[in-house]
Amino acid sequence: MHQNKKLELWVGTFIMAGIAALLVLVFKVADVQNIGTNDTYTLKAHFDNIGGLKVRSPIKVGGVSVGRIIDISLDTESFTPVVTMAIEKKYGFFPETSSAAILTAGLLGEQYLGISPGFIDDDIEMLHDGDLMEDTKSALVLEDMIGQVLYSIGGDSDK
Amino acid sequence: MLIDFIASVGRQGIEKFQTIGRATLLLYGALVSKPQPKKMFPLLMKQLYSVGVLSIAIIMVSGLFIGMVLSLQGYIVLVDFGAETSLGQMVALSLLRELGPVVTALLFAGRAGSALTAEIGLMKATEQLSSMEMMAVDPLRRVIAPRFWAGVISMPLLAMMFSAVGIWGGQLVGVDWKGIDYGSFWSVMQASVELGEDIGNSFIKSVVFAITITWIAVFNGYDAVPTSEGISRATTRTVVNASLAVLGLDFVLTALMFGN
Repeated sequence: MHQNKKLELWVGTFIMAGIAALLVLVFKVADVQNIGTNDTYTLKAHFDNIGGLKVRSPIKVGGVSVGRIIDISLDTESFTPVVTMAIEKKYGFFPETSSAAILTAGLLGEQYLGISPGFIDDDIEMLHDGDLMEDTKSALVLEDMIGQVLYSIGGDSDK
Repeated sequence: MLIDFIASVGRQGIEKFQTIGRATLLLYGALVSKPQPKKMFPLLMKQLYSVGVLSIAIIMVSGLFIGMVLSLQGYIVLVDFGAETSLGQMVALSLLRELGPVVTALLFAGRAGSALTAEIGLMKATEQLSSMEMMAVDPLRRVIAPRFWAGVISMPLLAMMFSAVGIWGGQLVGVDWKGIDYGSFWSVMQASVELGEDIGNSFIKSVVFAITITWIAVFNGYDAVPTSEGISRATTRTVVNASLAVLGLDFVLTALMFGN
């Protein structure tokens, strides 16, 4: 009996240590704040060019992450990309004058979607679930810029 | 001449498939039955002790050293680019995604898998398994099932410990020795490690490896030729086959999880 008790004590310690390690990984390493999905609402926006934007890229307002891109598809009528974003309800709703721009973190970093909240007036409505954001700015494509620079340099040398 | 060759290929193929069939029947016989928690629990405890608890030391020590080495090597490369603050991300992601499950699995195959095979093989050689059958005790349920479950339960726990200790070892070298800022080490890591994609997949990998290794180990023991040479061969086969299976499966799982 005594032998058995000691065995069970060891096994119990082992299992607790394993679970403790898992919890350390979850809360310390992955820094999970709240398990489960938050309440979100979706907005859509058309862009001319989404550059390197990906599904799950963050959406930021003034640097604060407020949601994620959940879908990127192509509008088959206008052949422009449609980006669907999920924004957490706790950050509230944006006025319809807000604009969305695809920005880059650092010079060559990950791309994300930045929202600049617009002004609020009496006849301005708020964007609700499923609404379309009208004012968008496309991604800066580095290759295009280099191309333009080279073109303008080439143009100068002709004169 | 040619016919003989084709026949020998066929014979080997049939043997391989028969082995797979016997292994499946063994697993089926051990697992699919009416659960008897009262009888099973003490047996499982004993196996959890010998498979899991006794492996803690080797897992912890190797986890610590692998984390430290990873951190040191990463620092040497990253400092050239002035990106040494990304060290936390590198250490955590490589431990969680690859090294944690894989190295734990390889150590587990060597430490616990070989012991399982040798034990069951010796039971067979000394006819303990046959005498159990004579007493109407099903050796599959009495001997194989608790060992299988003990392996499947303990390896994921060991892999989690390995990763946690490894990250701590990485911090020891990166922060305490090389002087990376504590805050940026952890914040970069926390920003990049995802619960589902990294920790979840790490756990799935370790469960898959656990099933593979334990299954190979108990089957090789049960299927061993009941002589001293047969047991030694079975033990070798366990370590070799389990290690190869783990590395192969790791590629497949990585391709499925992170490939696109």
